[in-house]
Amino acid sequence: MAHSVEIDQKEAWSGGQSPFRISYGKIFMWFFLISDALTFGGLLCAYGFIRHKYAEVWPKAENVFTHFPFVEQHLPLAYVGLMTFILIMSSVTMVLAVEAGHRNDKKGVIIWMLWTIIGGLAFVGSQAWEWYHFIVGTSEGAMRNVWDQEQGKYVLERIYGANMTVNEYGVPQFANFFFFITGFHGTHVFSGVVINFVIFMNVLKGTYERRGHYEMVEKVGLYWHFVDLVWVFVFTFFYLL
Amino acid sequence: MGSTHTTTALEHEHATHHDHSHHDDHHEESFVSKYIFSMDHKMISRQFLITAVIMAVVAMTMSIIFRLQLAWPGEKFAFINAILGDKWGKDGILDPNMYLALVTIHGTIMVFMVLTGGLSGTFSNLLIPYQIGARDMASGFMNMLSYWFFFVSSAIMLGSCFIEDGPASPGWTIYPPLSALPEAMPGSKLGMTLWLTSMALFIVSSLLGGLNYIITIVNLRTKGMSMTRLPLTCWAFLITAILGVLSFPVLFSCALLLIFDRSFGTSFYLSDIYIGGRPLDNVGGSPILFEHLFWFLGHPEVYIVLLPALGITSEIISTNSRKPIFGYRAMIGSMLAIGFLSFIVWGHHMYMTGMNPFLGSVFVFTTLLIAIPSAVKAFNYITTLWKGNIQYTPAMLFSIGLVSSFITGGVTGIILADSTLDINVHDTYFVVAHFHIVMGLSAIFGMFAGVYHWFPKMFLRMMNKKLGYLHFWITFISAYGVFFPQHFLGLAGVPRRYYTNSNFPMFDNLVDINIIVTVAAIIGALGQVIFLFNFFYSMFRGEKAPQNPWNSNTLEWTTPMANIHGNWPGALPVVHRWAYDYSKPGQEHDFVPQTVPLAEGEHDGGEH
Repeated sequence: MAHSVEIDQKEAWSGGQSPFRISYGKIFMWFFLISDALTFGGLLCAYGFIRHKYAEVWPKAENVFTHFPFVEQHLPLAYVGLMTFILIMSSVTMVLAVEAGHRNDKKGVIIWMLWTIIGGLAFVGSQAWEWYHFIVGTSEGAMRNVWDQEQGKYVLERIYGANMTVNEYGVPQFANFFFFITGFHGTHVFSGVVINFVIFMNVLKGTYERRGHYEMVEKVGLYWHFVDLVWVFVFTFFYLL
Repeated sequence: MGSTHTTTALEHEHATHHDHSHHDDHHEESFVSKYIFSMDHKMISRQFLITAVIMAVVAMTMSIIFRLQLAWPGEKFAFINAILGDKWGKDGILDPNMYLALVTIHGTIMVFMVLTGGLSGTFSNLLIPYQIGARDMASGFMNMLSYWFFFVSSAIMLGSCFIEDGPASPGWTIYPPLSALPEAMPGSKLGMTLWLTSMALFIVSSLLGGLNYIITIVNLRTKGMSMTRLPLTCWAFLITAILGVLSFPVLFSCALLLIFDRSFGTSFYLSDIYIGGRPLDNVGGSPILFEHLFWFLGHPEVYIVLLPALGITSEIISTNSRKPIFGYRAMIGSMLAIGFLSFIVWGHHMYMTGMNPFLGSVFVFTTLLIAIPSAVKAFNYITTLWKGNIQYTPAMLFSIGLVSSFITGGVTGIILADSTLDINVHDTYFVVAHFHIVMGLSAIFGMFAGVYHWFPKMFLRMMNKKLGYLHFWITFISAYGVFFPQHFLGLAGVPRRYYTNSNFPMFDNLVDINIIVTVAAIIGALGQVIFLFNFFYSMFRGEKAPQNPWNSNTLEWTTPMANIHGNWPGALPVVHRWAYDYSKPGQEHDFVPQTVPLAEGEHDGGEH
């Protein structure tokens, strides 16, 4: 058995054919995603580097993200959990859209892509809400050492919320990286929604029906799953660890 | 697949092939789609080459200007005033800020525009479809975008030399805080922003090009062209493209964080900085973080520059020794090993940054490991030459020149790889000498070799051989004249990047060495005029090239000398053997093209 596989492998790489038996477009997407993964990898390593530097005083996410819409109670990480669930569900609906595409079931593709787009928009909207609360901060604020440029030393000040230079919850780098990495990821999700929408319109117009296959849906599906997977890492490093 | 493309062809002498379906679209095209927004790999390759030649001339002129200042500090040169005007060359004396800017832009253009974009862009585009037997790149459109991103990136980099504050000047490694704080110096203002813009576009270009090279090699090899029959050039381009796809995105994240520090008030890389005695409110970040991210790209980048040159040289040395390349598989293995190791050695650029010394010793170990595959390659070149029937073409001379500089520069690399020896020579001219020889000279020699060797394929005419010899010897001797003496400067402790030596009286008696260096640099620069003349003259007036001028085995010499779209009229060639059957016993000629079927009982060199 192993022997015959080996011979097939040799045959596959001997030229005149695509050794992975997939189209140029899909392989392009795979390699692009590898490259994009390294961009995120670089950012997450940078985050780890700085966090390690401030290991003692790094804010705990469950003390920062405690809000939930329409609820007064403190629900640490509940909302981000919901966001994550929505994004993962949108991956599931994407799988179903791709599966419907394999069966050339136009109606199925339309329904499941629509759900995916709704899920993506819900995620981006939730992120905006999360950012808003992070920027506004708590009503009581917190006393933080702030660098005073005039005096050239730290002075104690009451800070509300977080921005690029100060952060109510602790070291400013926490806010810097939070804005940058979730923002970079959010940009990916948003562009994913836009791409999904373009493909969705093409499905409606019957472009792929005429083409006889729904490979484009599969390709944007790859991108969408990648964006989800990245979020799992971002979520883990920012909120759970 | 040819019929689905609307790509171009340069010459139409072979428009008689209309009986073949893939030539149905072989129609006359407009000037714009033929020469400007071309999607044909051959035209894109020529576009890359011409752009790189222009950029190289600019970067070389810059180096002459700052070399004049280093050899004769404070002297007045009408040349400097003529080029830089009264603002930066008042009375012919180079402005110190402009000196830093010139050093920065010289390095940036050479590393990225000439030796990454120019070298990979030219030869990957030209040779990958030709040598694997494909009609074109996997995506002609992405390929076109790749060139135009490169063009805009180069144009912005050049344009940044003409703005009020001058171009970026924190050195090509753009370490923060100089690069992060616009108020740090004139070269940190708009020039730095343009540098980052240019580099972001360059990363896009490199990504689009690299993905295309990888996919083309993986997917579009012609029948019989297994990976073990692939010419070493294509292996080198493949590994180079993989390195680029894996390392440039990290530079991208590095640059994005820098842009945020510059423009949006974050402090990823900034902490405890005083400007004019006043502290800044950027605290808490780490400049070391930048260096980690930068050199994670930066070190693979060295091999992105070098590997294509090594691949080109493998091909040329084998062809012109009339011998199979020695250790074909070892060559592939050592390139793979170099590619892998290049990702785990970046810390050797940072021994003196206050990085943990234990971590430093780990990087010493991984760095020294690179000497093994590098030595394998050097020995394989020499053993290929050994007892060969050597044809001294200009391309061959430059290839042998590469072997020489690769060894010379590699030996000093072992010294620099050692974190304790590095304490002495860190940031001195020793480092400058090392990397210019091992990566600058080697790569540029490889590029010249490639141009001389494949010029007949690119422009259908031969370059003048005698001028080629003259160009080689002037370049080779003056290049060593420039960089060899710098080792002594560096060992004596002379720091690099300094405008003048006035604060170090103990180095005053070494300034004479700088005069030798500068004189050699000027002679070397004049030598390139010979090349430029030969290049442009031969393009139009050179002798018509024969079908296979070097009696070479690879597939590109089986295509008609006409630059037709789709490369081969009729069916694609079928490959029956590896690319290195030179002087094979029992054969009529001393070369057997890859398209010749194996005789009964004949052993294919690529198979084991």
